[in-house]
Amino acid sequence: MAQVMMKELNKKYDEVHAVKDVNLHIRDKEFVVLVGPSGCGKSTTLRMVAGLEEITAGEITIGDRIVNDLPPKDRDIAMVFQNYALYPHMTVYDNMAFGLKMRKFPKPEIAKRVQEAAEILGIQELLKRKPRQLSGGQRQRVAVGRAIVRHPQVFLFDEPLSNLDAKLRVQMRVELKRLHDRLETTAIYVTHDQVEAMTLGDRVVVMKDGWIQQVGEPLELYSKPANRFVAGFIGSPAMNFMDVSVAEANGALWAETPGLRVKAPASIAGRLGAYKGQRVTVGIRPEDLHIATGSDSADYSLDAVVEVVEPLGSEILLDVKVGQSVIVARVDPTVRAKLHDKLRLALLPEQLRFFDNKTELAI
Amino acid sequence: MVIERRWKKWVFFYIPLTVFVIGTLFPFYWMLVTAIRPDAELYRSWRAVNNAPFWTLQPTLEHFRDLMAKTMFPRWLWNTFYIAVASTTISLFCGLLAGYALARLRFPMAGTLGTSIFVTYLVPPTLLFIPLADIIRDFQLGNTPWALILTYPTFLIPFCTWLLMGYFKTIPKELEECARIDGATRFGAMTRIIFPIAVPGILSAGIFAFTLSWNEFIYALIFLSSPERKTVPVGVVSELIRGDIYFWGQLMAGALLGSIPVALVYSFFVEYYVTGLTGSVKG
Repeated sequence: MAQVMMKELNKKYDEVHAVKDVNLHIRDKEFVVLVGPSGCGKSTTLRMVAGLEEITAGEITIGDRIVNDLPPKDRDIAMVFQNYALYPHMTVYDNMAFGLKMRKFPKPEIAKRVQEAAEILGIQELLKRKPRQLSGGQRQRVAVGRAIVRHPQVFLFDEPLSNLDAKLRVQMRVELKRLHDRLETTAIYVTHDQVEAMTLGDRVVVMKDGWIQQVGEPLELYSKPANRFVAGFIGSPAMNFMDVSVAEANGALWAETPGLRVKAPASIAGRLGAYKGQRVTVGIRPEDLHIATGSDSADYSLDAVVEVVEPLGSEILLDVKVGQSVIVARVDPTVRAKLHDKLRLALLPEQLRFFDNKTELAI
Repeated sequence: MVIERRWKKWVFFYIPLTVFVIGTLFPFYWMLVTAIRPDAELYRSWRAVNNAPFWTLQPTLEHFRDLMAKTMFPRWLWNTFYIAVASTTISLFCGLLAGYALARLRFPMAGTLGTSIFVTYLVPPTLLFIPLADIIRDFQLGNTPWALILTYPTFLIPFCTWLLMGYFKTIPKELEECARIDGATRFGAMTRIIFPIAVPGILSAGIFAFTLSWNEFIYALIFLSSPERKTVPVGVVSELIRGDIYFWGQLMAGALLGSIPVALVYSFFVEYYVTGLTGSVKG
């Protein structure tokens, strides 16, 4: 059990500055997910914590030890890799026992711990097999088992579910979450899948181009994205963005673009005032749009033409054209919309997000 | 359709294969027949009435007996064996470490170093023996087994390094990263995880190195002079061809006995050897 601190962490390869000034405090027993598109520096950050990459500048502390110059074996961590990295020439038992053997644990203790872990993961029957005789899901369980027998201070997961098929991935995701609740070990988990990040993380760290974009609890990232990137990255389907100009009329601020004219809600009007006469980006989540009814104010609705209908069963995604831009609306499965239908959509004003066009920060 | 396909299979598969197999095995057959043919038949005129060049009706082991008793063949066999084993061991050891370093470690000039090692392999021994002879003389190693044990690695090490480097690159690096996190040092991860997985690669490099040194001719010819120091390829040729007299029976008996160890080594490890060259590791 330990906290992990990263201070002004930097990683430079010859030409590439992969990780830039990362500051992160991961609390004891916390499950933190690093998420971002490929090449955002999330894996590099994790590998620096593991000791597999040298730290160019900055400091990493695990527990109360600075680990910058410690080799991986002395950091008391365990890591699960995307390709499982099981030792192909050893049985499942030996794979799981390897770390304990290296640390010179007595044999009965090793056997006890391996049994324990095998029970937790339901792989008791596989202990005598070789990795090549296992399915993908079984291999991943063994890889997790190999990590938990050591009772390390921190678990590191590097995209552990990415090689599994979709159904198994959902199943293993739930199991990992349950496992963490049970073991209560600090965990750092890297993924490019925002759904995994949202469902697993106590807190989620969104990264892009080596910078941390935002750190927060999953729902906080969803409801209060710090900038346009986070807003677009978290949530599926992604948030719609439209370039609008801010104008004042009738004592209120309006976001305008051909085909769209919505009133800025009072809660944001104060901050948006500074942008009067300038262009900003407005973001609307697909789930915050619905088919307008009589009770919806004309101030918060827009005209749209249906371009694509995607019925998903529990909901329907409508790709609609508003003015010059195409946006996605997520509507009830009861809506009967056809191609080229003209609709009037209403939006939830409190859910509108405004972003500075230059800095891309939320306004 | 079916008939046409069968016809094609014969023309493009069975017949060429048969020709190839015969072409490959015929010299060995010829070697065998010559080795067990009595001298009377061997030196019979080609046009003699009872000449049967492709088989013999009076097989004999007299050439083998002569080879063992009248020449130093057993000694040559032993020389060849321990020189091959020693130079293979040295080359494998260096090749393993160098191949691992080139495949895994990041250090300045790694790429250039890899290429230059390969280039040294390309220099033909027929040129290299000239400066090497100078060095051997300076170190007074001429006519000792060390002359070969130390010169064979000049071509075996580059060869082993390259073969093993290629093999190491096919092993996912996460395996040793995981081992290092699990508590092994880099050296421990190398010896406990990577080397056991690389056994097919190591074996095929070893077999190749062993065969190359076993069959090596030019250095052995130049660096060794007294008959009791010679290796099989050189001994057989220099001691069983006297002037223009070829002792065909003993020559072929020597060649046959000399090729048996190599054939044995190959047949024992053929499976490893194939995976070693095609390289396949699954996690």
